Amino acid sequence: MEHRSTLDGLTTFLAHPRRIDPRPAWGRLLALPLLTTLSGCQGVQSALDPAADDAGRLALLSWVLFGGGTAIFVLVMALVLVAVYAPPERRRWLGSSRAIVIGGFVFPTVTLTALLIFGLSMMRANNASGEADPLRIEVIGEQYWWRVTYLEDGADPAFVTANEIHVPVGRRVQILLKSADVIHSFWIPNFAGKVDMIPGHTNSLHFTAQREGVYRGQCTEFCGDQHALMVFDVVASEPAAFAGWRTRQTRDAAAPATPFLARGQELFIRSGCGNCHTVRGTRAEGVLGPDLTHVGSRRSIGAGVFPNNAGTLGGWIANTQHLKGGARMPSYGSFTGEELRAVAEYMESLK
Amino acid sequence: MSAALDRMEAEDSALPNPGSRPAGEEDRLREIWKAPKGWRILGAINNTYIGVFYIGTALLFFVLAGILALIMRTQLAQPELDLVGHGLYNQLFTMHGTVMMFLFAVPAVEAVSVYLLPNMQAARDLPFPRLGAYAFWAYFFGGLTFFCTIFVGLAPNTGWFMYPPLSSSQYSPAENADFWLLGIGFIEISAIAGAIEIIVGVLKTRAPGMSLDKLPIYSWAMLCLAVMIIIAFPAVILATTLLEMERAFNWPFFIAERGGDPLLWQHLFWFFGHPEVYIIFLPAAGMVSMIVPAMAGTPLVGYRLVVLALIATTVLSFGLWVHHMYTTGIPKLSTGFFAAASTAVAVPSGIQVFAWIATIASGRMKLTTPALFVLGFLFIFTLGGLTGVMVAMAPFDWQAHDTYFIVAHLHYVLIGGMVFPLFAAIYYWFPTASKHALSEPVGKWVFGLMFVGVNVTFFPQHVAGLIGMPRRVYTYHAGLGWDVYNLVSTIGSYMIAAGVGLFVIDVARRFRFSFDDNAGDVWKAGTLEWLNNTSYGTRSIPHVRSREPLWDQPNLGEDVDKGRYYLPASVTGGRETIVTSPIEARPQYILQVPGEPCWPPILSAFFTAAFFMLLTVKFVMLSAICGVLAIGLILYWMWATDPGQNHPPAQIGGGITLPVYATGSVSHSWWAVSILLVVIGMIFTCLLFSYFFLWLVNTTAWPPQGVTLPSTIWSLAAGGLYVGSSALIALASRRLAGAGRAPSVPWLIGLAVVLLAAGWVLDLTAQWRTGLGPEDSAYGATVYAILSIHGVVAATAVLMGLYTMARWWSGRLDAVRRSTFDNTMLFWYYTSGQGVAGLVVVYGFPHLIGAA
Repeated sequence: MEHRSTLDGLTTFLAHPRRIDPRPAWGRLLALPLLTTLSGCQGVQSALDPAADDAGRLALLSWVLFGGGTAIFVLVMALVLVAVYAPPERRRWLGSSRAIVIGGFVFPTVTLTALLIFGLSMMRANNASGEADPLRIEVIGEQYWWRVTYLEDGADPAFVTANEIHVPVGRRVQILLKSADVIHSFWIPNFAGKVDMIPGHTNSLHFTAQREGVYRGQCTEFCGDQHALMVFDVVASEPAAFAGWRTRQTRDAAAPATPFLARGQELFIRSGCGNCHTVRGTRAEGVLGPDLTHVGSRRSIGAGVFPNNAGTLGGWIANTQHLKGGARMPSYGSFTGEELRAVAEYMESLK
Repeated sequence: MSAALDRMEAEDSALPNPGSRPAGEEDRLREIWKAPKGWRILGAINNTYIGVFYIGTALLFFVLAGILALIMRTQLAQPELDLVGHGLYNQLFTMHGTVMMFLFAVPAVEAVSVYLLPNMQAARDLPFPRLGAYAFWAYFFGGLTFFCTIFVGLAPNTGWFMYPPLSSSQYSPAENADFWLLGIGFIEISAIAGAIEIIVGVLKTRAPGMSLDKLPIYSWAMLCLAVMIIIAFPAVILATTLLEMERAFNWPFFIAERGGDPLLWQHLFWFFGHPEVYIIFLPAAGMVSMIVPAMAGTPLVGYRLVVLALIATTVLSFGLWVHHMYTTGIPKLSTGFFAAASTAVAVPSGIQVFAWIATIASGRMKLTTPALFVLGFLFIFTLGGLTGVMVAMAPFDWQAHDTYFIVAHLHYVLIGGMVFPLFAAIYYWFPTASKHALSEPVGKWVFGLMFVGVNVTFFPQHVAGLIGMPRRVYTYHAGLGWDVYNLVSTIGSYMIAAGVGLFVIDVARRFRFSFDDNAGDVWKAGTLEWLNNTSYGTRSIPHVRSREPLWDQPNLGEDVDKGRYYLPASVTGGRETIVTSPIEARPQYILQVPGEPCWPPILSAFFTAAFFMLLTVKFVMLSAICGVLAIGLILYWMWATDPGQNHPPAQIGGGITLPVYATGSVSHSWWAVSILLVVIGMIFTCLLFSYFFLWLVNTTAWPPQGVTLPSTIWSLAAGGLYVGSSALIALASRRLAGAGRAPSVPWLIGLAVVLLAAGWVLDLTAQWRTGLGPEDSAYGATVYAILSIHGVVAATAVLMGLYTMARWWSGRLDAVRRSTFDNTMLFWYYTSGQGVAGLVVVYGFPHLIGAA
């Protein structure tokens, strides 16, 4: 998660055998003068640090574009310098209609045609459905969070969660993208390009994760007040670990283990939280807000806004509108400190 | 070659008005064109004054929108800062984009041409000075009011492209969005008025001999710009109209639950929005093509190639809009097509870049401030063009779209492609309007700060975007690697601000508006705007024989100043300019230009702005009063036009005798009405596109279940009435042309008015009787939208018909003096045709697809 130093970046880069490095050798060479850029490429939300096949192809295309673009830019600027500073006899060749036709028409036509063929061939491979039996996840964008539904998968039943997506490494994933209100856009740059979520439309996105890790996705179509804080976590894990996670998620919520947690549950129900939220296995069956059955198992709260612990949960419940003004959930400022702690710890216990 | 030179010399020796001019002639000319004194200068309509006001206002909006950007950059300097909240931030970026695009960039390029075009073509004024004044003041009043909404928290806050459903009444119930839709929608009208003025100005008011192959590149660029405006802007006018109808009356064009589609907005918006980029860039490229030859001291290399490149850009710009929608899930096949077109548009830009390099290479570039801005432009624009090719590649765009990479790209293209050329142009042409040129040493500082500042601000944003930073976020988390790029960006933005600030100070210090002792041709340039120009333009109107007349006709300046060329005096006693033929620029007639101060256009602009702004805040009654006043004032100003043969034909020199009045396709007003009809036709075409688009979304419900189509009898009857009304107008035209004043003329027009109105009422009644409601479905909404927009056009035709009848009764309409009638007739034929086209679609199409 931390911003790594240049050296760290390079070390990881060299030491990580599974890292997909799409850059051709010259691409890496080209990147050397831009070391800061290189170190910055790596990250949990970076298109240049691919962890899935689709993003890998896109990163390769990117490096080809950067390399070619840099070369052309340097060439054109060199010609400008020649035109301005070279002695007249040395720049005469540049001052003709022929130079315009060659430099301005023939050269771009040839290079752009080649580029187009390369780029469009890549387009076909990308976001292709691939295997017949992908893991299917429906994600609905809502102001300002993500409703995630894992569809039935063979013997595994469907279940609902929110703001966190787990995928197994090595299996094709299909995400069905919908919107409940305005246009959002679903983007996990380490995995694939973005696709919009548009009311009245169902779009779809495919990728195959290839590297374990925790990544980050974010809404990229302006969707209102808290567009900036509409984030989600993405966890790619080995198939066995994923299956374990899935099994845990399909279960109902754990019953409170202590009287304090039971008080938290009671307050949760009594205060009307269940009108909007579901905690499977309790009377809370609301569907307006995120499903909280296993909220304690998630890495963050508020749609990727804060790390998940009893302290942040309590702060969130009491100050939602202060922390994320415009979110649909009101602040519950009437809890006493002790009550708030009970509710928050109950939430945290829902692993 | 030598034969050609001989002939040129022979022609040169034959000046149209050899010999000395009578004493007092120049003073009389000066008196006629004298600008009003004191505060009455606000009533000036001459292109030079309007041009200067216009440029000044556009620069004001540039500074204001720049300040909004600085606030945003300060907020983003560090992660999780709390300087401005999300509510204000979302207004800031919406306003920054909207103001820069609609209140700075487009007005600025039009403003420069209002100021420059007549001088560059040696016309005394633009063909429609009152319209020019109206366009400017509408923009001035409307723009300032619109900007002030930010101070009361009512500024639009859904991004400058206003995507529904976020901008719909459900998700944006407050008036913020209405200010955008009505405010910007109406400022588009001002842009269109400017475009009409520019097209007619370029094609009809040129120096004799300035045939199309000798037209300055800048004029070519402005012609292309204006053509793009009249084709592209109707799409956004229609889009804003539909969205406003949805917000105000609940007609579901974009609401998915009732058959609408949010993507319809995106198609309409980007059909305008992408040409918009070239609307901003082409005039700037035209300026560069004027400045580079002057700085290199040699004619532009590849003139014809550059003209072809401008035309190619104009055509291609209409085939690219979908590249803003690569991530919406459109089919890959169409993505491929638009990727190819988007890549192809790089070629004409490449041709222009190489033409400038070739020109620099074939001359000797003086590194003055304008030249530095041009070189800075080449650097920034080339980089922006290359990232443009990258985002044209759909797969790359899937990553880059709506991230800071795009923010970086669009600023490179727009600042490189427009702001730097504009600054070059201001430094370059400043001496034509001011007693002093701008300071060269200060100018180099301005350039240095802006050039370094732009790169420091925007280059890091490419990286920030690719490592995940979306655009339009009011804050971001620490630890994502974005912090340093944002901090550097913010520092850069203050460098740009320092450069612009220094520029403003220098302008304030050096600008002394002056005609008669302005700094003049300090660059030794070759085009006509560098002749001695004063309020009436040049003393006499030169005969042009090459593209750089000042270089090729050595004695031109003196001969012009001594009145040896055309029209050295006023032949009608009032203001006038020569109208020429569109291709060869042969003199056709003398256009009589109105004098000053002239208040009706300015007052009507004020009331037009008031109409729209009051409507936005739902002061309906007051708004209606302002609307009536605006229309009344326009009619009052129109009343003074169409003067007829009020003076005998006059000699302008060189044995040429010109009439002072013309009708038919020779007349400038005929051209203007024709162009206006193209605009209205485009609005209607976009509306029919919307109809078919929504049909594709609802193929099984077109019309929806339970809706029956009216009987075809109704459509035949309404169509018959439309055609009949046109036949009556045709008959009136023949009666008018006959000998004597046939008294049937106004009655025929009156009957045509009745038939047209009856046709529309019949059309509306037929739909209403079936119980179809506009709120029920997208089908109902589009059918009533077609009816409504046709209704507005028909109402305009009716008003024109009544006005024409009044002209006849007041004795201002006869067999010769009939421009008013001809224009009404043109409009009438179009209106009937549009009515019939609407009927064919609304009645015919459901039958065609078998739904009825």
